[in-house]
Amino acid sequence: MTAVTTTTPTVRPAKRRFSLGRATAWAVLGLVVLITLLPFYWILRTALSTNAGLNADPTSPLPVDLTGTGFQRALGLQSAEEAVAQGGAGGGLDFWRYLLNSVIVSTLITGCQIFFSAMAAYAFSRLRWRGRDKVFGLFLGGLMVPTIFTLLPNFVLIKQLHLVDTLLGIALPSLFMTPFAVFFLRQFFMNIPREVEEAALLDGAGKVKVFFRVVLPMASTPVITLGVLTYITSWNDYFWPLMVSYSDSSRVLTVALAVFRAQTPATGVDWSGLMAATLIAALPMLVLFACFARRIVSSIGFTGIK
Amino acid sequence: MTIASSSPPSRLPLGSAQGAGTKSRTRRARSRESQGDGRLAAVFIAPALLGFLVFLLWPTLRGIYLSFTRFNLLTPAEWVGFDNYVRMVNDPIFWSSLTVTVEYVFINIGVQTVAALAIAVLLQRLTQSALLRGIVLTPYLMSNVVAGLVWLWILDTQLGIGNEIISAVGVDRIPFLADETWAIPTIALINVWRHVGYTALLLFAGLQAIPNDMYEAAKVDGASEWRMFWRITMPLLRPVLAVVLIMTVIGSFQVFDTVAVTTAGGPANATNVLQYYIYGSAFGRFQFGYASAMSVALLVVLSAITVLQYRLTRAGRTDLG
Repeated sequence: MTAVTTTTPTVRPAKRRFSLGRATAWAVLGLVVLITLLPFYWILRTALSTNAGLNADPTSPLPVDLTGTGFQRALGLQSAEEAVAQGGAGGGLDFWRYLLNSVIVSTLITGCQIFFSAMAAYAFSRLRWRGRDKVFGLFLGGLMVPTIFTLLPNFVLIKQLHLVDTLLGIALPSLFMTPFAVFFLRQFFMNIPREVEEAALLDGAGKVKVFFRVVLPMASTPVITLGVLTYITSWNDYFWPLMVSYSDSSRVLTVALAVFRAQTPATGVDWSGLMAATLIAALPMLVLFACFARRIVSSIGFTGIK
Repeated sequence: MTIASSSPPSRLPLGSAQGAGTKSRTRRARSRESQGDGRLAAVFIAPALLGFLVFLLWPTLRGIYLSFTRFNLLTPAEWVGFDNYVRMVNDPIFWSSLTVTVEYVFINIGVQTVAALAIAVLLQRLTQSALLRGIVLTPYLMSNVVAGLVWLWILDTQLGIGNEIISAVGVDRIPFLADETWAIPTIALINVWRHVGYTALLLFAGLQAIPNDMYEAAKVDGASEWRMFWRITMPLLRPVLAVVLIMTVIGSFQVFDTVAVTTAGGPANATNVLQYYIYGSAFGRFQFGYASAMSVALLVVLSAITVLQYRLTRAGRTDLG
């Protein structure tokens, strides 16, 4: 158990003198930042341009004919004729709806999965019962199976449950646990000093109360980190929703983007509308990340390395 | 493996342990232990166990079973023994898919690991800025679909800014995603763009565990940064690097999303990676049995790679002692 999250600056350059090596290193880092961020600017610049403008002036660093029509098309605010006239497909996709679907699915998955995983982690770390280590071993074995292997059989199951093309069908397989979440939270619960828990028990609190009032609050940092990462993962998932969802009623943003892309009109791709839709899909995660950035960035070490 | 909190447990809402009679506490705790919490544990474990059995263990077994059947989703699965596996071994598209996938993994993991290592070391030795680490992580917040579409636009042969720059320099435009030789490297690099920051932060976390005294001592001895990298950083980072490598390789083999939105397996099967072929077999041609057999094959390959990589990189051992 090594702590890896100390953010205190341990490396202090001895001399602030100019050196060729340091300058080169900074230049490389600058280039990395540039390659990382430029595509985001390019999404915005394209989304705010008209398709005609993009055709006429593909290299302009600023939006060409600054406009919001791309967003109007993505949000289904334009009539089909209008959309076609501006280089859209006129397919009437409504990204408000997909946004809502994505929020519902991701919130459902994150809330339930973290809560149930935390309960299991508590039982594995703090409760005494027969067969505990065997069951935990079984869970650990689950880490070996790549999620992708379970998708096909899970689809067959969801179909038998008549949940195809529903939001519940998309959420259900990830609703109860992931072996990783259980494993991760158990590790953390084990590090909570036993004395704290026993003191609460002496005060007459039951184990259920200890879980909600002592263990969960003390583990708030890892719980929140895990929660945000789970939210981002389920928001970005494409393969599973693609299998399960067929119509507007259960279409999430990732699938909708692919449909938008597939509806390419004869005049060429509606880049302005597509990039506007892309921005709508990406922005919530950027905002979410911005809220928790410091916490996530400093704790990424232990969430990734199992 | 590594566990830490950035803030120490701060709230003790039900009073602290200080001052309580140690003897009576341990006696009470011990009697509690002998009783066990069986009933409560059953309640706490029930939802997760249900999810584990129904959506992880059962599908795993079912996936293996289905690989021995002919199954089109509408009529009940029909046992056919090893037919699907025989067919797979004789299927040229399966082998080309596997080849394409391996090519993708090599480019993707090769470039990504070197770049992530470079970024991690720069972040450690040059600056400890949390802002920079946050920036590096941003592409990871996008879905593969978003990353694929953005680069599809940037690399568009006619209007993409990437190709505009290339032609401005005087080189012929490159149809990155429409050309048989360019498509796989391009997709591999798009996914490097999305994942390199996350990988770099994992390695960065590993670097933080290396005692700074070692660098200070080496500096006193007059070692250059380059020498310190090879003599200190690499040997001590190896266990973390090994685990990260295993994780990323397994993830890399499952490439699907980016292919689906940029090339759809084309041109001429040039990007028909294994997972895409499996998806097409199941949902395009309704051959769930055959698709399952290929999934099992992928599972076997991934398990073998994990074991092999673990042995080769001696992931279990660390030089930190």
